[in-house]
Amino acid sequence: MAKSLGPIKRKFSPWTDPAAVPFIRFENITKRFGTFTAVDNLTLDIYEREFFSLLGPSGCGKTTLMRMLAGFDEPTEGRILLQGKDISGVPPYRRPTNMMFQSYALFPHMTVEKNIAFGLEQDKLSKGEISARVEEMLKLVKLETFAKRKPNQLSGGQRQRVALARSLAKRPKVLLLDEPLGALDKKLREETQFELMDIQTNLGLTFLIVTHDQEEAMTVSDRIAVMDKGVIMQVATPAEIYEAPNSRYVADFIGDINIIEGTIASTQSALGAPGEVLIESDGIRLAAEQECPAVSGDKVAFAVRPEKVRISPDQPADTSVNAVHGEVWDIGYLGDFSVFIVKLDDGRVMRAAQANVSRLVDRPITFGDMVWLTWPRDAGLVLTR
Amino acid sequence: MKSYRFDATVLTLGFAFLYIPIIILIVYSFNASRLVTVWGGFSLHWYQTMWSNQGLMDAAWVTARVGLLSASIGTILGTMAALALVRFGRFPGRMLFSGMIYAPLVMPEVITGLSMLLLFVAIGIDRGFWTVTVAHTTFTMCYVAIVVQSRLLTFDRSLEEAALDLGCPPVQTFFKITLPLIFPAVIAGWMLAFTLSLDDLVIASFTTGPGATTLPIKIYSQVRLGVTPEINAICTILIGLVTIGVIISSITTKRTELRRQQDEHMALRGPV
Repeated sequence: MAKSLGPIKRKFSPWTDPAAVPFIRFENITKRFGTFTAVDNLTLDIYEREFFSLLGPSGCGKTTLMRMLAGFDEPTEGRILLQGKDISGVPPYRRPTNMMFQSYALFPHMTVEKNIAFGLEQDKLSKGEISARVEEMLKLVKLETFAKRKPNQLSGGQRQRVALARSLAKRPKVLLLDEPLGALDKKLREETQFELMDIQTNLGLTFLIVTHDQEEAMTVSDRIAVMDKGVIMQVATPAEIYEAPNSRYVADFIGDINIIEGTIASTQSALGAPGEVLIESDGIRLAAEQECPAVSGDKVAFAVRPEKVRISPDQPADTSVNAVHGEVWDIGYLGDFSVFIVKLDDGRVMRAAQANVSRLVDRPITFGDMVWLTWPRDAGLVLTR
Repeated sequence: MKSYRFDATVLTLGFAFLYIPIIILIVYSFNASRLVTVWGGFSLHWYQTMWSNQGLMDAAWVTARVGLLSASIGTILGTMAALALVRFGRFPGRMLFSGMIYAPLVMPEVITGLSMLLLFVAIGIDRGFWTVTVAHTTFTMCYVAIVVQSRLLTFDRSLEEAALDLGCPPVQTFFKITLPLIFPAVIAGWMLAFTLSLDDLVIASFTTGPGATTLPIKIYSQVRLGVTPEINAICTILIGLVTIGVIISSITTKRTELRRQQDEHMALRGPV
């Protein structure tokens, strides 16, 4: 349970405003290490007060991108603009960004207090100002009683908080978080995610977080950039990324999804109006309400999330589209959900997830049952990439 | 039981092999007789003569100064070399540089000594205190470089990056973050360098000149005229100093370990 919920969040979407000026702009950034291209001609805008995630598997270039913003690496080509100013060549110690490191990077020979004060001392603030700011930061991360401890006298969660306090102490324009919660256990991680969001909203800062954990990215972000092999696959809000992925890669990377390869049979509805795509896939007919950029005969993928697939032992009234028959192969019981893995009559495998809304089910679906999987026409999605 | 007895025997033999010569040396330093091989009763006489032996005392003083100075300069240079090797990545000639750091370790001392001698002769420097110090700095800095290098290899670079990120310029970052953290290795390197300098006979005898006789040279030359219990006395004092050093360092290590365990308990326990 969250102790306090803070102010109600307001709708925030500067990226939809064509007049909005980006706070950070990566402009045609390429970074090569020897022959390896870590980031490949990437352009990205991030807006003020945005909580932005770079999401992708390890080696996709997300950390490199962040390190270039912090100043630890220089782009091979392209430039980075911060508030409209090119920051290429500015050393890390003169950039208005601060970073929270994956390893926390707390100075082991300094107390918690000294760690937090370190950045402030570099700014030549007065003693009074420094101690006031340190106190404020300790309060923010609820570590007032730990001021005199050394980092090795703290637990993992406490260290993480000190690292956060230290990186926030200078009130950076942009806070960079490199896998900030990776070392915490699940429960603590979830709590901390909400705290991070509160801090970000209350202080009105721009946060850029690097993570490979899609749940984390979905929870905290205003927008997510999904990266793969140095390029951005999609930039969108968590809901858009989940419900309208633009490619097989994004669909597969975020959450669970059924992907069925097929060919477009028509891009019109039965009444002849555009906006419905009909796909043929080895005898299965799939329909999706969607404007489709592809034309009849194109090879595409049909994607549908398991939780949108209904599983039933009874044959539906209409089996012409979006209905398949098969045998329950495996069941994953997750508590809130059960995932059914169904082997279709033609040997292919699909997943259906069902919320466990009642504790006891009269006639539960079990292994070996013959079932029908159905889904509405607005549940599926045609992916051309 | 049998194997226990066997183990004990082997252990005793091993230790006897190592320590009997030293014990004999110590025991005979308290010998009242002038003859090294005949026990003539307990006496502190030789410690007295040693103390009033001006030549021996001068040599001890030279050795101490050479040791302190060359170990200190060697530590600074060695640390710098280690930083260059670990930090500057793959600069051209890195392999060569790295090899050149290791070479004096395997180089026969005679060769190092001779080459230093030829250098000093070639550039026409009078041999003495400073030439020995330079020679000792040269060979001890390699050892320091290796000790510090191994510490730097496990050093978490993100600590330095964090300092830079918080607005600390590189030079200050080195003094505020890097140096305090690698300091135990630097000190260990210094102690190694000091011991090596103290110990060295070969290189010193090549590079020294009149008025700068080090203790090992003095001892060696006296022994050639016949071993006197005086030598035993000064050696016993050296052994005593080394033993005290070893004991202090092992107590410190144990204390650090104990503190680390307490810290861990504290971290698990939560707020006080």
